[in-house]
Amino acid sequence: MNSAIRSASAVTARDLRRFVRRQQDVVQPLVFFVIVITLLGLAIGPESTIFAQIAPAGVWIAVLLATTINLDSMFLSDYQDGTIELLVLSATPLPVLVAAKILAHWLASACPQIVISVFVATILGFESTVIGALVLTLLLGSPILSLIGGVASALTVGLRGGAMLQALIILPLYMPTLIFATAAMHNAALELPIDAELYFLAGLAVLAATLAPFAAAAALRIRLS
Amino acid sequence: MNLPFHKYGSPKYFYSWSLMLSPWLIGFCVLLFAVGLYTGLFVAPADYQQGESFRIIYVHVPAAWMSLFIYVVMASAAASGLIWHVKLGDMIARASAPLGAWFTFLALVTGSLWGKPMWGTYWVWDARLTSELILLFLYLGYIALQGAIDDRRVAARAGAIVALVGTVNLPIIHYSVEWWNTLHQGPTVSKLDAPSIAPSMLMPLLIMAVAYTVYFVVVMFARTRCEILEFERNAAWVKERALEKGVV
Repeated sequence: MNSAIRSASAVTARDLRRFVRRQQDVVQPLVFFVIVITLLGLAIGPESTIFAQIAPAGVWIAVLLATTINLDSMFLSDYQDGTIELLVLSATPLPVLVAAKILAHWLASACPQIVISVFVATILGFESTVIGALVLTLLLGSPILSLIGGVASALTVGLRGGAMLQALIILPLYMPTLIFATAAMHNAALELPIDAELYFLAGLAVLAATLAPFAAAAALRIRLS
Repeated sequence: MNLPFHKYGSPKYFYSWSLMLSPWLIGFCVLLFAVGLYTGLFVAPADYQQGESFRIIYVHVPAAWMSLFIYVVMASAAASGLIWHVKLGDMIARASAPLGAWFTFLALVTGSLWGKPMWGTYWVWDARLTSELILLFLYLGYIALQGAIDDRRVAARAGAIVALVGTVNLPIIHYSVEWWNTLHQGPTVSKLDAPSIAPSMLMPLLIMAVAYTVYFVVVMFARTRCEILEFERNAAWVKERALEKGVV
C-alpha cells in the first residue's frame, strides 16, 4: 500500500516537473482559453448587456475547448518515449499510476485555468456571486473533465488524427458537466441557491474519480498491446 | 468449460446458422412491416388532436427505441469481447454501431418532421431530442475510433471501452438533459398497466417495434457475416467455403 502511494506521488512529481520544464504545455492552453473568450466577445459585439448574459456560459465553453485541446500533454510524450510501457510493467497497479498522472495534469492545467478565469471574469465585470459560482463549478467540474479526458486520451494516444477523435469522443461526455455548471452560474446570476448543481457536480466528480482511472488504465493496456 | 454457447457462438457456427435463419427472418420481417404499416396507416383511427399527422409515430417511436436498444446490444457485445475475448462479440459490436447511428438519425429526422406541424419548429432544445442527438454523437465517436485503428482486435477492445464509458454516461446524460429542459410529450406506452394510448393505436406501434427489431437482427447478422469473412479470411473453413461456392 505504502509503496503504491510512494510510486504514485513519484509519478505525480515527475509529471509536474515536466510541466515546469516545458512551460509551453501549461501556457499555450491558457492563451487559447483567453483567445476563445475574446472571439466570443468579438462575435457578440460591444453591447454589454447581451455579453453579460452569455459570457458565463462562454467561459465554460472555453474551458471545455481548452481542456480538450490540452489533453494531448497527458500521455503523448510518455507514449512516444516509452515511459508508459515502464508504468504498465511496474509492480504498482496501473490505475493508481494513471490516477497520479491525471492528478498531475489537473494540477498543471486546470488550476492555472481557474486562476485565469477569475481574472477574466473580473475584467468582464461578472457579479461577485457569479465569480464565486464559476470558481466552485470549476473546482468541482474540472476534475471530471480531466478524468473523462484521461480515458479518451489514453484510448487515442498516438493515433492518426488523435486530437480530433479525442474531441469527438469526449465532448458528448462533457455535456452533463456543462449543463450543471452553467445552470449553477445562471442561478447565481439570479441570486438563487446553487447547492443542487454543486452536489450534482460533486457526485459526478466522485463517480468519475472512481471509474475513470480503471478505464484509462485498461485503455492504455489496449493501446500498447 | 464446454457450454453450447462456445460452439454456437464461434464465428464459424454463427456464420452457418445465421445464414440458415436469414430467409425466415427476412420473411417474418417483411410480414411484420406489411401488417404494421397497414394497420398503422389505414386501420388505426386518426388522433383527435393531431389528426393524421400523428401516424408518423409508427416510424418515429420504434426508431427511437431501437437507437437505445442497439446501444445496449453493442455495449454488451463489446463487453463480452473485452472481458471473455468472445470474438463474435467484437464483430457484433462493430456491425451494430452504424445501424444504431442510422436508427438514431432516423428518430431525429422523423421527430423533427413531426415537430414542425405540432410544435411549429423542426428543432427545439427539448430534453429527449437533445439526449437523442448526444446519443448520435456517442455512436459517431465509437465509429470514428473503430475507423482510426487498423488492427481489428485493438479497435474492438478500444471501442468496447468507449461503449462502456458511454453506457455509464447515458443515464447521466439523459437525466441531466431532462432536468435541464423538457417540452416533449410524456411517455405514453411505458405505463404498461394503463397506457395513455388507445389499444387500436398501440397495436400497430408494437408490431412496428418488433418489425424494426427483426430488421435490425437481419441486417446485423448479414453485417456480422461480412465482418467474420474479413476477419477470418485466412481460416481454413472460409477457404473451403469459398472453394465450394466457386468464388476462388
